[in-house]
Amino acid sequence: MSPRATVGPVLLLLLCPSLSAQISRRPLVVASKPFAESFLLAERFAQALEARGLRVERRLGLGATEIAFSALREGDIDVYPEYTGTGLLAVLGEDPPADRGAAFRRVSTEFRRRWGLRWLPPLGFENTYAIAVRQATADSLGLESLSDLARHGATLVGGLSPDFIGRADGLEGLRGAYALELKEVRPLLQAVKYRALAVGEVDVIDGYSTDGQIARYPLRVLTDDRRFFPPYQAAALVSARMAEDAPDAVVALTELSGLISEEMIRAWNRRLEVEGDAVAVVARDALATLGVLEATEGSAGGAPQGPAAVPFLSFLWNRRVQTLRLTLRHLLLVALSLVSGILVAVPSGLALEGRRAQAEGAIRAVGILQTIPSIALLAFMIPILGIGVAPAVVALFLYSLYPIVRNTYSGVRDADPVAVEAARALGMTDRQLLLQVRLPLAAPVIMAGIRTAAVINVGTATLAAFIGAGGLGDPIVQGLALTDTRLVLSGAIPAALLAVVVDATLGSVERAVAPEGVEG
Amino acid sequence: MNVPALEASGVSKCYGSTRALHRVGLRVFPGERVALVGESGSGKTTLLRLFNRMVLPDEGAALVEGRDVAGEDPIALRRSVGYVQQEGGLIPHWSVSRNVALVPRLRGMDDPADRARIALEGVGLDPDTFGGRWPRQLSGGQRQRVALARALAARPEVVLLDEPFGALDAITRSEVRSAFAALVRRLGVTVLLVTHDLQEALALADRVAVMREGRIESVASPDDLRSRPETPYVARLLEKADVR
Repeated sequence: MSPRATVGPVLLLLLCPSLSAQISRRPLVVASKPFAESFLLAERFAQALEARGLRVERRLGLGATEIAFSALREGDIDVYPEYTGTGLLAVLGEDPPADRGAAFRRVSTEFRRRWGLRWLPPLGFENTYAIAVRQATADSLGLESLSDLARHGATLVGGLSPDFIGRADGLEGLRGAYALELKEVRPLLQAVKYRALAVGEVDVIDGYSTDGQIARYPLRVLTDDRRFFPPYQAAALVSARMAEDAPDAVVALTELSGLISEEMIRAWNRRLEVEGDAVAVVARDALATLGVLEATEGSAGGAPQGPAAVPFLSFLWNRRVQTLRLTLRHLLLVALSLVSGILVAVPSGLALEGRRAQAEGAIRAVGILQTIPSIALLAFMIPILGIGVAPAVVALFLYSLYPIVRNTYSGVRDADPVAVEAARALGMTDRQLLLQVRLPLAAPVIMAGIRTAAVINVGTATLAAFIGAGGLGDPIVQGLALTDTRLVLSGAIPAALLAVVVDATLGSVERAVAPEGVEG
Repeated sequence: MNVPALEASGVSKCYGSTRALHRVGLRVFPGERVALVGESGSGKTTLLRLFNRMVLPDEGAALVEGRDVAGEDPIALRRSVGYVQQEGGLIPHWSVSRNVALVPRLRGMDDPADRARIALEGVGLDPDTFGGRWPRQLSGGQRQRVALARALAARPEVVLLDEPFGALDAITRSEVRSAFAALVRRLGVTVLLVTHDLQEALALADRVAVMREGRIESVASPDDLRSRPETPYVARLLEKADVR
């Protein structure tokens, strides 16, 4: 992409208040990755900081490790919960040592040396792979550890996630470390695994040791007696800015260290994932249990999720103000990206029409942008634009180019070539032809491209939640992480309605710009 | 005679490896009506389009009223030469009057609307009935009449016509053709007409140029062509057209 192409959106963004607010002194930004435990820990960090009277902004549910980590490295966020094993494997690309102390020391030194980032002392629990069997199976076969399992493996059926089956630190590694051979291995997704185990379809599953579901079923998690799985100790990972400028915040978060056992986190995860309690509420109760926070402290932030008993429509009604706010933010993302897309793509389409030999190749190159997965594109933006509205708008801008360029090009090219030829032969200049004949005839086609781009952007903008840009993706990401369908729907339904409304509105614009005298 | 209105001298033109014109020479004198006939691919349309600079020759020169078009401003040249093509090429989102007023307006004339009315009357269409219609509300014959009116509205000295009746059915065709013949005779305009229809050429033209594979095979008056075909090819064409 040419540098000129980025000027449009960047200029627009300078006018956008939420970005300029980032430039001035901003509150501490607490973030999380998009799963329940990460939400919970981050919310707990946020509340602990607020209890110290510090200003906090929440950016919960950032897309993935790469996104959260890049955002922290670039200083767009200040703290998020991370696991030592993930830091070693995913960020440093190293094989983790089996010893958890060694693993923590390694990430501490390396993160600080390379990026100035600090790992605060671990929170106390580990969230590693957990191999679980039914309580009844464990009792009858006398299973306590993975070594016990290896002795009875030939009689048991495994239901393992495809990811685990393929990974070197998954099933392959277990075979090597424990000589574990199962009678049969079925690939199962996380969502159905526990139920399949409970009803006896499978006998052994892989999960995460702090999974709330483990507490729901009568299961036994087998101990990793040969310490095969890498250590995944949870800890607060803190930005250089916070580590240097906010010692009181570091102290507040360090107070949580070493306090949380696996049983505790499992029970809290269960409240989130199975019972559907609000993140803010569970976090407050957790802090109260730990004695860090007064039990009477009011909750701040987080979605006002009622208990599951509230009927869906009332749930939606209760969220109406928030939904409206998210919808407006969503529209802002779509409008900024679409307007910049139009400003760049329509002139590009016209320019290409004058160079038909190169046009198809150039348009196909723009089309390749369309094939970049949104998460990858968003992650790619972070080093350049940080997180929040700016990278989201630029990503959406890039996605909007193709349909508009394509339709502008072919709309103008195919606009009544016979009439254009005759008008040229009668002495119209290229400019007169373009403005008086070709553009008016191509207008509905160009508008259809803009309409396609707008509808795509309404959908894709939900993913902007992954990089903290807000919008209707927020409740979707949060709801998916918490397995809260109603929360997902509270974002998905307005997003779908928005797409319909945008489509209908631009459809009527399309009809309005159609020139008179031409059959539609 | 005086300076030819249109002259091609030693013109060659290639499209890639295809030779469209090979050292062609032709003169059309003021007020004369000349038809270019030949099979498709014989180069007649390319020859026609030299005179409004829609095509530039590789070799040789095309002259309009004695001036080499290569040295002329193409926009000004095109505005001074009338042009009609097979499908009419009316601008679909413009009314009939606006279409007809195009060239007078482009040339900055004072009264494009009046000129459009006169031109429409000239081709036998009532301006009050047809002026406000969209091109798609017209029949094929009416559309070609409007295209003729558009080509003549600024009263050019020369009009170039590329199969102007080619898309019409037989009955409409002869109607529009006779309206056209009467009009150009009255206006005294110089006409270069491309057609694949020998009968049409013989009926409308003062001289007929038969083209074949990028060359002019024969130029003759209709009577001479009919009575003394210059080459066996011309004789065969006459045979096929059933005009002998």
